[in-house]
Amino acid sequence: MLKRNYIPLGVTIGLFLLMFVAGSFRYTGFFSGQVLLNLLIDNAFLLITAVGMTFVIVSGGIDLSVGSVIALTTMVSASLLQQGWPPALVILLVLIMGTIFGTAMGAAIHYFNIQPFIVTLAGMFLARGLCYVISINTITIDNAFYTAAAQTKIKLPGDQFVSISVIIALVVVALGIYLAHYTKFGRNTYAIGGSEASSLLMGLPVARTKLMVYGFSGLCSALAGVVFTFYMLSGYGLHANGMELDVIAAVVIGGTLLTGGVGYVVGTFFGVMIQGVIQTIISFEGTLSSWWTRIVIGVLLLLFILLQRLLGERRLAERG
Amino acid sequence: MEPILHMSGIHKTFPGVKALKNVNFRLFPGEVHALMGENGAGKSTLIKVLTGVYAADQGLVEMAGAPIRVHSPQEAQLAGISTVYQEINLCPNLSVAENIYIGHEPYRFGRVRWKEMNRNAERLLKERLHLDIDVTRPLESYSVAVQQLIAIARALSISAKVLILDEPTSSLDQSEVRQLFAIMRKLKEQGLAILFVTHFLDQVYEISDRITILRGGEFMGEYLVNELPRIELVSKMIGKELEMLEEFPSSAEASGRPAGQLLLNAAGLGKQGSIEPFDLQIHQGEIVGLAGLLGSGRTELARLLFGADRHDQGSLQMAGSGGSIHSPRQAIDEGIAFCSENRKKEGIIDDLTVRENIVLALQAAKGWFRAIPRKCQEEIAEEYIRLLNIHPSDSEQLIRNLSGGNQQKVLLARWLVTEPKLLILDEPTRGIDIGAKTEIQKLVLTLAEKGMSVLFISSELEEVLRVSDRIAVLRDRRKVKEMSGAEMNQQQVMQAIAGGEKG
Repeated sequence: MLKRNYIPLGVTIGLFLLMFVAGSFRYTGFFSGQVLLNLLIDNAFLLITAVGMTFVIVSGGIDLSVGSVIALTTMVSASLLQQGWPPALVILLVLIMGTIFGTAMGAAIHYFNIQPFIVTLAGMFLARGLCYVISINTITIDNAFYTAAAQTKIKLPGDQFVSISVIIALVVVALGIYLAHYTKFGRNTYAIGGSEASSLLMGLPVARTKLMVYGFSGLCSALAGVVFTFYMLSGYGLHANGMELDVIAAVVIGGTLLTGGVGYVVGTFFGVMIQGVIQTIISFEGTLSSWWTRIVIGVLLLLFILLQRLLGERRLAERG
Repeated sequence: MEPILHMSGIHKTFPGVKALKNVNFRLFPGEVHALMGENGAGKSTLIKVLTGVYAADQGLVEMAGAPIRVHSPQEAQLAGISTVYQEINLCPNLSVAENIYIGHEPYRFGRVRWKEMNRNAERLLKERLHLDIDVTRPLESYSVAVQQLIAIARALSISAKVLILDEPTSSLDQSEVRQLFAIMRKLKEQGLAILFVTHFLDQVYEISDRITILRGGEFMGEYLVNELPRIELVSKMIGKELEMLEEFPSSAEASGRPAGQLLLNAAGLGKQGSIEPFDLQIHQGEIVGLAGLLGSGRTELARLLFGADRHDQGSLQMAGSGGSIHSPRQAIDEGIAFCSENRKKEGIIDDLTVRENIVLALQAAKGWFRAIPRKCQEEIAEEYIRLLNIHPSDSEQLIRNLSGGNQQKVLLARWLVTEPKLLILDEPTRGIDIGAKTEIQKLVLTLAEKGMSVLFISSELEEVLRVSDRIAVLRDRRKVKEMSGAEMNQQQVMQAIAGGEKG
């Protein structure tokens, strides 16, 4: 009975397995560990961003700035690296930058009581615009550390491998699960998503938690930006254009309620994986346009929101 | 015995209003103390001072003999004062255990100890509240009554010494109220001091040990329950001393109008959880007053008559047409107008002018596609501004710039324009000055003389007595008495409001 909240999560995981099995039967060479690992390699940055987004959506908000923050991170990283800054310092700087950017948006949302949608929309334009202040062109990176990070393959048994980015992403997922379920910060985030007014009356630190939620999302975006830089080895103002919507879709497909209060980082992980597996299937199909990914995601998103709606109503009907 | 909580000489002023004037309040360990008073008596202000939402201008609050100063509900909680509100202030998505402990959850080595928390929650609910439920389920899967108990459990877990229950029974049914009372008695035995706020007189006499009465921000006294007859309680709340009542002239003679034809007939009308079934007839040209304490079901009755709430028992018919009423639309078609008590929320539209506010209902009745010509609108507005003496008399003024009394008159005008057969006035004179009050009362009498029927609801007994031909008395969501003619005097009405055998 209690596990009603787990139903969307179960559906997500089931759907992922179903798609993977279906792909394996249909295409030769699909059923292999490396295809699975490639899902992680190609979507590491998406996964990292989605963990931050999960917290924001669980708290009852939304963060539209994530794609732009990634682009800004690639731009700042590329331009500083080309000027000869040490990579460690560059990474530290962009992470701090992302965190401050997110926290500032959180402060605007909380203290001025403005819709998160509007504040982060402004943040999105701001960050995207700043990219072009740095340069309107692509800046390629030839820094040794970054190229090494891009090319290093971590060998796994059975002739398989993952990239450094995958390790980072998995650590972020693990950290996300821990934060969400075992820390006061995480539990307060859920409480605020359930009822902000009640949280205040229950004496929870609402302001601090909201700032931290957006700060964490900013940090995740910046980290995703670093990983994305490894992946692309360039900085460009159009990088990750529109990615915020993919991230939100992944989180919702992962079973997090857009109204806040309910959601799981594990669900988000599988939400990202489902997007990846759809892309893989389409590339294996060969003749299909990649835009089919969007169509399938759109349909899935709709179905998941309907499912949540249905479960929500049933829950209300049951009580009493 | 020493009081656990002692508030003395509390003063609190808001711009333009003295909300509390030299109020005292004592609470002893192991007692249930009812705080009584009508709307605006200062009950909620006093509680907010106690819980640190407001700071008192003057006065002393002592806990167990030591003065305390709290600046927020959190600080009050730490000092041992917890509040459970009428609306549940918990998080529906979190588990029961978490709702009890969040903010002070068992926490070690950087992680929440879930098992320990669930165990503690189970023990707390079982031992102190006799509630054996699955604490890992989300709060929203339980009924409001259980949620309320969980809120109490949260208060207990923060080691409350003083528990404030602010109208906890408003949304509970009979058996749930009994369950809550059983728990209150148990907590009382364990030495907890409970401050209980309610509008239900029967409940006060069932559960409380002591009563403090406030009226208009003033302290009216503290009494032991068995030393305070109901009638005296009511007279102290409403504000007429018994001796004065005796010599108050009966106003029944004033209404010499013959009753007209039957206009509206409600038979066995009722709605589960809102008001018990009642009979009520209203005749043409008659003013029927509704008397009763706040929360006795006056507004609920009016809303049923207007179809704003759907009745689930009995029938409601307009004479003549024979049509029954199920929605405000039908009510309006049948010639019923409802002037709501909540002027701000359900009445005036701030950003429109006086003229626009006046023609609103008429326009709605005509249908939005048959616009009333501007000139015609102006004429109507001018006419009613003159008739009701609305100030300022400029029909193009934004209504938000008018005083409360004049806003009320504009609302009245809005419904008068539609020439209703029955006008329902819910607290038409609340919050407006004496002059405007008298004008509205006079107007009601004039309207009735012209043949309009009026249902007049007011907390002020005198006012109801002055204008009504007949009075229906409500108590605890039940119509308990109907009186007219000679028996209609303060003493009788008050007796009916108080109910019970005592007095």
